[in-house]
Amino acid sequence: MIEIKGLSKIYSGKKVLDNAGMVINDGDIFSVIGPSGCGKSTLLKCIVRLIKPDSGEILVDGKNVVPIEDEFELARVRKDFGYLFQSGALFDSLTVMENVTFGLQYLTDIPKREYPRIAREKLALVGLEKAENLKPAELSGGMKKRAALARAIAAEPKYIFYDEPTTGLDPITSDMVMGLISDMAAKLKITSIIVTHDIKLAFTISTRIAMLYNGNFNISGTPEELRKSSNPVFREFTEDALFPDVQGRRHDLEMKHQRE
Amino acid sequence: MRHYIAENVGRRALSLAGKLGAAALMIKSILVWTFKARPEAREIVKQSMRIGVDSLSVTILTSFFTGMVLALQMGYTSKNLFNEPLYIGTMVAFSLVKELAPVLTSIVVAGRVGAAVTAEIGTMRVTEQIDALYTLGTNPTRYLLIPRYIAFMLTIPLLTVFADFLGIFGGFLVSNIKFNVPSSVYWNDIFTFMEIKNFMHGFLKTFAFAFMIATVSCYKGLTCEEGAEGVGKATTQAVVLSMVLVMVLDYFISALLVAVGII
Repeated sequence: MIEIKGLSKIYSGKKVLDNAGMVINDGDIFSVIGPSGCGKSTLLKCIVRLIKPDSGEILVDGKNVVPIEDEFELARVRKDFGYLFQSGALFDSLTVMENVTFGLQYLTDIPKREYPRIAREKLALVGLEKAENLKPAELSGGMKKRAALARAIAAEPKYIFYDEPTTGLDPITSDMVMGLISDMAAKLKITSIIVTHDIKLAFTISTRIAMLYNGNFNISGTPEELRKSSNPVFREFTEDALFPDVQGRRHDLEMKHQRE
Repeated sequence: MRHYIAENVGRRALSLAGKLGAAALMIKSILVWTFKARPEAREIVKQSMRIGVDSLSVTILTSFFTGMVLALQMGYTSKNLFNEPLYIGTMVAFSLVKELAPVLTSIVVAGRVGAAVTAEIGTMRVTEQIDALYTLGTNPTRYLLIPRYIAFMLTIPLLTVFADFLGIFGGFLVSNIKFNVPSSVYWNDIFTFMEIKNFMHGFLKTFAFAFMIATVSCYKGLTCEEGAEGVGKATTQAVVLSMVLVMVLDYFISALLVAVGII
């Protein structure tokens, strides 16, 4: 379980996170939605301690990770975390296989001879069996995301963080990545924390959703609870995705063009 | 107006102090991690091979032609002054071993590999690969910086020795073919006057140059601004700064070595 209490982070005088608090239960697929620049990625990076918060507590299974300064202790904490970066962040100079096995030598005591078997197993889970010898530059956007996902789950973390997993992908690949996240949670029993502004993704696969607005969690609940919410900020942010009026919008745009 | 100038100077001084502080912290982190964790042997070999191989051809050309042109200039100068080419070997060897080979090799490596190191680390930073290293249980200092520092410190001195020999050989070809100086005279001119401390004067300097080039290249990569423009800017700055600092350091280290008798 991850408990966030009174978390604050200021960047260049701007409060990105302002006394934010939230509980993420084991087994949850927890989505954090919110407009661009509202602090979603900062929140994830604070939890895995890539960024040190200015104040507050982050309790991971009861242990507060905020005051930890020692790099070795932080590395031990991060053993429980897998992280899928927005850009994939695959190492350009390594093959897909080397990328997937990279963390095993630092995060686990698994003997090296086991690495290829583990990598193939994880690559099969994400449907990339034939890409093990390719370099990241040879992969498409969707393949990069899948290879990065295989790397994130290679050491079998307890929690996995997805930073904008569907950004920059076409609708079909987005759906595929969405299916993969759901599969990973079901097959590997991983607690998933997704940061996204893809409302469809959040409402399709999440067990709980929270909205980050002005540095704080504005609203949270199950997708069913939130669909009924009358919170004006939440309604405004999700309206187009949850209640699309494509014909109406097209008409508005045509009228605007005619006027111009 | 005066107020504006003072404010500008103050801002620049603060910025410089901040950068020096950040670079000092990076060096501290490198020293700490060098003793704290097992070195990444595979990366050290990979980086050393890369620096050595990438710089070798340019080092060969630079040192060989430098030796040749030194012999040519010395030959004509001594012919004008004394009517015969005198001490070509001595002049070529001393100039190369004490100054030109260490400085030129360091400049070649800074331009050829220092730039590539900055671009590589900078790209890794803007594409979150540095953050990925942390999440995969390792530290960028251990995985990226230490192997590059060690590789620079191993290869620049070796390349310099290589440049010493090639330059002297280039000088020999010119003095022998162009000025008909017998080979025994050329080599005798070198070994009569050159001592091991003369060689050490140039050789020891290369370790300081290597450390400085590694520091500038890694620091500029780690602190580059976002985007392709940021990486490009950092790369250019790294090359220019490394080259200027090689020259500046050269004077001060030479003065220090002379003071301690390694002349």
